[in-house]
Amino acid sequence: MPRASDEASTLRVENLDVTYGRAVSALRSVSLDVPPGSVVTLLGANGAGKTTLLRAVSGTLRLHRGAVTAGAIRYGETVLDGQDPVAAVRAGVVQVPEGRRVFAALTVDENLRSGGLGLGRRTPERIKEGRERVFTLFPRLAERTRQQAGLLSGGEQQMLAIGRALMAAPKLLLLDEPSLGLAPQMVERIAEVVREINAQGTSVLLVEQNAGMALALADHAHVLEVGEVRLSGPAAELARTDAVRRLYLGEADATEGATGHATDETAPGGPERGAA
Amino acid sequence: MTGLLDTLLAGLALGAVYALVALGFVIIFKASHVMNFAHGSLLLLGGYLTAVLHDDLGFAGALAVGVLATAALAGVIDRVLLQRLPQDPKAAHVATIVTIGIDILLVTDLARRIGGDLLSLGDPWGDEVRTLGPVTVADSRLAAIAVSALVIGVVFALFRYSRWGLSLRCAAEDTEAAALQGIRLGRTRMLAWCLAGALAALAAVFLAAFPATGLERTTGQIALKAFPAAILGGLASPVGALAGSLVIGLTEAFVITYQSDLHVLGDGLSDVAPYVVMVLVLLVRPNGLFGAKGAARV
Ligand SMILES: Nc1ncnc2c1ncn2[C@@H]1O[C@H](COP(=O)(O)OP(=O)(O)O)[C@@H](O)[C@H]1O
Ligand SMILES: [Mg+2]
Repeated sequence: MPRASDEASTLRVENLDVTYGRAVSALRSVSLDVPPGSVVTLLGANGAGKTTLLRAVSGTLRLHRGAVTAGAIRYGETVLDGQDPVAAVRAGVVQVPEGRRVFAALTVDENLRSGGLGLGRRTPERIKEGRERVFTLFPRLAERTRQQAGLLSGGEQQMLAIGRALMAAPKLLLLDEPSLGLAPQMVERIAEVVREINAQGTSVLLVEQNAGMALALADHAHVLEVGEVRLSGPAAELARTDAVRRLYLGEADATEGATGHATDETAPGGPERGAA
Repeated sequence: MTGLLDTLLAGLALGAVYALVALGFVIIFKASHVMNFAHGSLLLLGGYLTAVLHDDLGFAGALAVGVLATAALAGVIDRVLLQRLPQDPKAAHVATIVTIGIDILLVTDLARRIGGDLLSLGDPWGDEVRTLGPVTVADSRLAAIAVSALVIGVVFALFRYSRWGLSLRCAAEDTEAAALQGIRLGRTRMLAWCLAGALAALAAVFLAAFPATGLERTTGQIALKAFPAAILGGLASPVGALAGSLVIGLTEAFVITYQSDLHVLGDGLSDVAPYVVMVLVLLVRPNGLFGAKGAARV
């Protein structure tokens, strides 16, 4: 595992502002850390800005005419804001995009080969190692290496998308709604995989709308609302707060008064926030 | 019977050369969604450099310089000019128009240099012909078929197995997902232009060789036959470009052979034939022979 110190492999997002097309403000003063070895989750409704944050980290904002207008993103010593996606991959930060986005016309094998293309030429042994790691996690992919990725089921495509990212041997994995559109069983399977990947020493920033799954997995959680962090705290504590239970865990009437010990970074969420 | 085989071989040789041009056109389109209307002038540049250098460098040396210089210019056009355009949804259309401008500049300059001359490229085949069983065929045509087959084979292998080829196919399918793997989109795309430029320069050799009498300022207009080949193949499909080129080459050879029987349709039919075939194919298969639905998305 990394000989580098903790500081060298912490993702640090500080007071980040992101704007699309010079006018649409998508994130305002967002800060969060992903310490090495941890699972951190970022929750929020549709349009809250979760994907935008991941794009800022992975350097793909520009493809959406977006830009970081203030703040900073660092992974260890490496400055990531304003960089090309290659910089993130080289630093060991790899994103699995929302909606899987496997290369549908390519085979499973080619999809895996595409993972880590940004690392430059790698020895066949390293590629083989990566492949074996992926096939151990997802035996089903091993049986389908020559199949077109577009013909896989949704769950298998999610596995392939994660496997493709793992081929770059990431130190930090960014997952954008991996449970989206999957059957409950498959969601459970994905959760196990995330746990396993984390146990192997990879930190994870998990973006989810499925707060139940995410809070069960994560050490730390942040709730994003319309581009701002509203709540932050240990996942277990956040799971107990009223606002989270009402808004994200689908409990219509959270009657337990305690708001937990989570830090509510703005005014405490009153009943008027139940509009969602 | 002999006539038929002769015509088949002639068509194959033509198709093989068109394929070099059409394949480059398709690779550029696949990589950048740009229709490179400067393709014909790149071809002319490659041929011109080979023609003026072969006395000093020998044919192989001159060809190497011609191919490399054309590849370099194609890469520079993409990287320095086209990739700088604002990358919004209309970028590819703007870039396509820009290539028309580049074509006019290049052709005008080269035409001024070439004037009314017929330039020899100093190729080793001359006007030798050989008899293979029942057919008589020019060495230059055999060379065109053999070299094209070899080069196209290499291009397909690159496409399938090389890191560049994989990068290109990934980027063509999903730009953002490709970027997330750390694929360098700009470089991948530029290399596609370089390869296409190299193929065009190579094609010039066979277009100027026997039975043609040399390179002339209009040699680049061959591209006007390779474009329909690319389109009837499906525009974004390298295999399609190959198939389309063979169809066009064979059609042209047969039209030339039987032109006298078809003279009621007027002269110059062989120039029109590629477009007639293209339209007919598109009527039956709107996406081209090998075009997937939506493959031509821009
Ligand atoms: N390419 C874009 N151009 C303009 N606005 C965008 C773009 N992508 C996202 N947005 C806006 O940014 C906000 C956050 O979007 P997003 O990050 O996709 O949210 P989430 O992932 O939490 O659903 C939304 O208001 C959305 O409309
Ligand atoms: Mg999203």
